[in-house]
Amino acid sequence: MVHFTAEEKSTILSVWGKVNVEEAGGEALGRLLVVYPWTQRFFDNFGNLSSPSAIMGNPKVKAHGKKVLTSFGEAVKNMDNLKGAFAKLSELHCDKLHVDPENFKLLGNVMVIILATHFGKEFTPDVQAAWQKLVSGVATALAHKYH
Amino acid sequence: KVLSAAHKNNINNIKAAWKATGGHAGERGAEALERMFLSFPTTKTYFPHFDMSHGSAQIKTHGKKVADALSNAVNHLDDMPTALSALSDLHAHKLRVDPVNFKLLSHCLLVTLASHHSAEFTPVVHTSLDKFFAAVSTVLTSKYR
Repeated sequence: MVHFTAEEKSTILSVWGKVNVEEAGGEALGRLLVVYPWTQRFFDNFGNLSSPSAIMGNPKVKAHGKKVLTSFGEAVKNMDNLKGAFAKLSELHCDKLHVDPENFKLLGNVMVIILATHFGKEFTPDVQAAWQKLVSGVATALAHKYH
Repeated sequence: KVLSAAHKNNINNIKAAWKATGGHAGERGAEALERMFLSFPTTKTYFPHFDMSHGSAQIKTHGKKVADALSNAVNHLDDMPTALSALSDLHAHKLRVDPVNFKLLSHCLLVTLASHHSAEFTPVVHTSLDKFFAAVSTVLTSKYR
């Protein structure tokens, strides 16, 4: 189980407090679909995904991105019990959505990159390290109920 | 070819993105290494002799080495296996860095570039750079067995 120091928690909370979840969510999901086009396999009913600008401007992508990042907010609130917090979502992603957990790692890393573009120099190596721990913990938690 | 020359856009994106680092490529290389050592501590096992503190001279020097190699790759996008042949041999026979680590350094290079050059780091440029680092990684591990 991943353990966060008080400093890491405070770093994560401080960054999260400044994130526009709606905007960042759309950006994160959009970039996932652009940079790793095979991830589009889960979104056949999202309409126009034919180009990077189509993807980034697609309203369904934005809406779903917001949903995903809002859910990520639960991780920030439950850093001491990620597995518990994401148990139901883990079952959903396995049994209903059939998403390869590798995708959670891809999205987590895209999120880190977006934080870097938004926060610039403020996104120091230490801040990144705390966030890598979090996205990795979430990816593991989401994969935990797979069978 | 490892990186298809038909993707002219890719090539232009990569060259432009690397040019955006200005004279700071060496610093970016060092920062990427620092990020990697902090975020992915297992990568430190390849550098047991390194001073890992912030600002370490060894990390600065090594960062410049990495950046220079990448600059060379950028100048030989059509021809990376030949241009990187010596480095490829080195990684296969001497360094033997497990292939998983190239992804970790590539990610930290992306984070570094994203944080310093956010305006240029569009989704399209992000894609091209990700592909580029993956292609370099493939070349560097191509002679492993």
